Amino acid sequence: MLFSTAGLHFDYSFFWSSLVHPSTAFLQGLETTVYLAVIAQALATIIGLLLALARRSKIAPLRAFVWIYTWMFRGTPLLIQLVIVYDGLAAAGIYTFNNISVGSFVIPSVVQAAIVTFTLNEAAYMGEIIRAALSAVDPGQFEAAMSTGMSPGQAMRLVVVPQAVRFIVPPLGNDFNAMMKNTSLASVIGVSEMFLVTQEINSSTFNTFEIYAVAAIYYLALTTVWGFIQSAIERRIDRRWGIARPPRSWWSWTSSWGRRGVETVGATAGTEGPAILQGVGRPREPRGFFE
Amino acid sequence: MAQPGPTQRGEVPDGSSAPDVIVHASDVHKRFGSVEVLKGVSLVVRRGEVVVLIGASGSGKTTLLRCINHFERIDQGRIFVNGRLIGYRSDARGRLVEERASAIARQRAEIGFVFQHFNLYPNKSALENVTLGPRKVRKMPRLQAEELGRRLLQRVGLESKVDVHPAQLSGGQKQRVAIARALAMQPKLILFDEPTSALDPEMIGEVLAVMRDLAKEGMTMVVVSHEMGFAREVADRVVMIDDGVVVEEGSPAQIFDRPAHERTRSFLAKLL
Repeated sequence: MLFSTAGLHFDYSFFWSSLVHPSTAFLQGLETTVYLAVIAQALATIIGLLLALARRSKIAPLRAFVWIYTWMFRGTPLLIQLVIVYDGLAAAGIYTFNNISVGSFVIPSVVQAAIVTFTLNEAAYMGEIIRAALSAVDPGQFEAAMSTGMSPGQAMRLVVVPQAVRFIVPPLGNDFNAMMKNTSLASVIGVSEMFLVTQEINSSTFNTFEIYAVAAIYYLALTTVWGFIQSAIERRIDRRWGIARPPRSWWSWTSSWGRRGVETVGATAGTEGPAILQGVGRPREPRGFFE
Repeated sequence: MAQPGPTQRGEVPDGSSAPDVIVHASDVHKRFGSVEVLKGVSLVVRRGEVVVLIGASGSGKTTLLRCINHFERIDQGRIFVNGRLIGYRSDARGRLVEERASAIARQRAEIGFVFQHFNLYPNKSALENVTLGPRKVRKMPRLQAEELGRRLLQRVGLESKVDVHPAQLSGGQKQRVAIARALAMQPKLILFDEPTSALDPEMIGEVLAVMRDLAKEGMTMVVVSHEMGFAREVADRVVMIDDGVVVEEGSPAQIFDRPAHERTRSFLAKLL
C-alpha cells in the first residue's frame, strides 16, 4: 500500500469496509448515539422553557432556584455530572438506576442515567437560550395580544413564544450539534453508544487510526445532516415571517469568491432583538458563488 | 360638548346613571417612580364621540390612553369603561384592589387599541393578524373568523393583502391591518396612540381616511394625535393636556380658534 511503503501502517481495506459496511454493533452504537441526543435535546428544550418562564416568575425563590440550577450545571464538567448521576447517587444510596422493560424493549440503566444527565445539563443551557429569545420579542407584541383581550398566558403561548422560536432555533442547533458529539462521554458509564463500540472494535483489531477515523466520519455525517435540517427549519420559519431568503447551499462558505449579495432580502421585520441576538436568526444576505 | 358632572374625589360614580358614557375617568393620578405623569385627570367620553387628546410630548396623553385599558396601573382616582371600573374592584372596605388578569382581559376585549408602532404579529399573515383575537378570545370558528377578517380588511382597503405578511406591507398598510385587528373584536371603543406618528408623510392620509370612515360610522374613538387637521375635521371634542392635567377642552373650533388657556395657545403656536 502507498502508506505502508512510507513506513506508516494504514489498513485501507479495513477502513473502507468499516466505513461502508459497518458491523451491527457499530450501527447499534450509532443508533444509541442518535436517540440519546434526540431524546435528551427534546426533553431539555421542554425543561428549558419551564426554566425560562420560572426565571421570569414573580416568585423570588423560584427565580433563585433557576439561577442556582443554571450556575451548577453550566459550571461543572458534564463528565463529572454523568458519573455523579450514575455512580455517585448509587454509591450514596440515594438512587440506583435499574433496567426498565417496555414490552420486549429494555432501556438499560446506564442509558437512563445518560438521558437524565444530558437532559438536566442541556436544560440549563436551553433555559438561558429561551430566556434571551423571549426577551428578544418586542414587548409591544405582548401588549398587542393583550389589547385583543388575551390573558397573559394566552399572549405568551399564542404570540410571544411562537415568535421566540425564530431566535431559539439557531443556538438550539448549535447545542444539538454539540450534544451529538458529547454523547460519546456516556461511554465512561458504559453506554454502548458509537464511541464505546469503536473502542471495543479497536481493542479487538488494533486498527486504531482506521476505526477512530471511521467514527469521526460518522459523527461528521450526523452533524452535517443536522446542519441541513437546521437550515431547512430556519428557512421555513423565515417564510412564516414573510421574509424571503434564498436557500443556503452547502457551498455558501465559498462566499469570499462570489459577489456579495447586494439586494436586500425582503424587509427586515420590525422587531429586532437586543444586541446580543443581533445576527441570530435574522435573514442572511444572499451570498455564495451560485446564489 | 357638555362638561361631565364634577366627581368628588373618592366618590364612585354610578356608570348606569349615564348609559351613553363609555369612558369616565375621574381624578386619575399616575406616577412612574418619582415622576408624577398624571396629576388628577378627568375625562368623559360619550357613545359615538371622537375625542382627540393633544399636548406636548411628555404631557401624559399617551399614559392617560394606556390607563383607559389598564396597560398602566393608576395610583389614585377611578376609570370606568362601559360603566364598570377598569382593572380594579372594590374590596369589602371600599378600597381598590387590582382585578384578576382574566377579568382584565375580558374588559380589554371590548376596547380596541391601535399602537404607534402597529405591533402586528410578524409571523402571521394580515388575515391571521385580524382573526387571532376572535378565534382565541371569542372562540369564533375559523371559517367565520376568516370571513369577518376578509370583510374588515376590505373595509380598510386591503382585500388584496389578505395573505401578505407584515414585512411586505408599507407602514400605512400595516396600520390599516392593525385597525382591522382592533375592529375584529367588535369593540365599543377604540383607543389610538399616535397612529400616524411612525408613518412616512405620504402614508398618513390613507390611515386618517380609514379613521374618518370609522368616526362617520359612529365608532367611539379616543385619539392621541399631532394631526391637527384631522382633529379639526373629525373630532367632536379636543382635549388639551399639559403637565399631567387637562388644561382645557372643547369643540375643535373653540380650541384651535379661540383657545382660552395660555398653555394651549403656546402649544398651538409651536405647531405652526
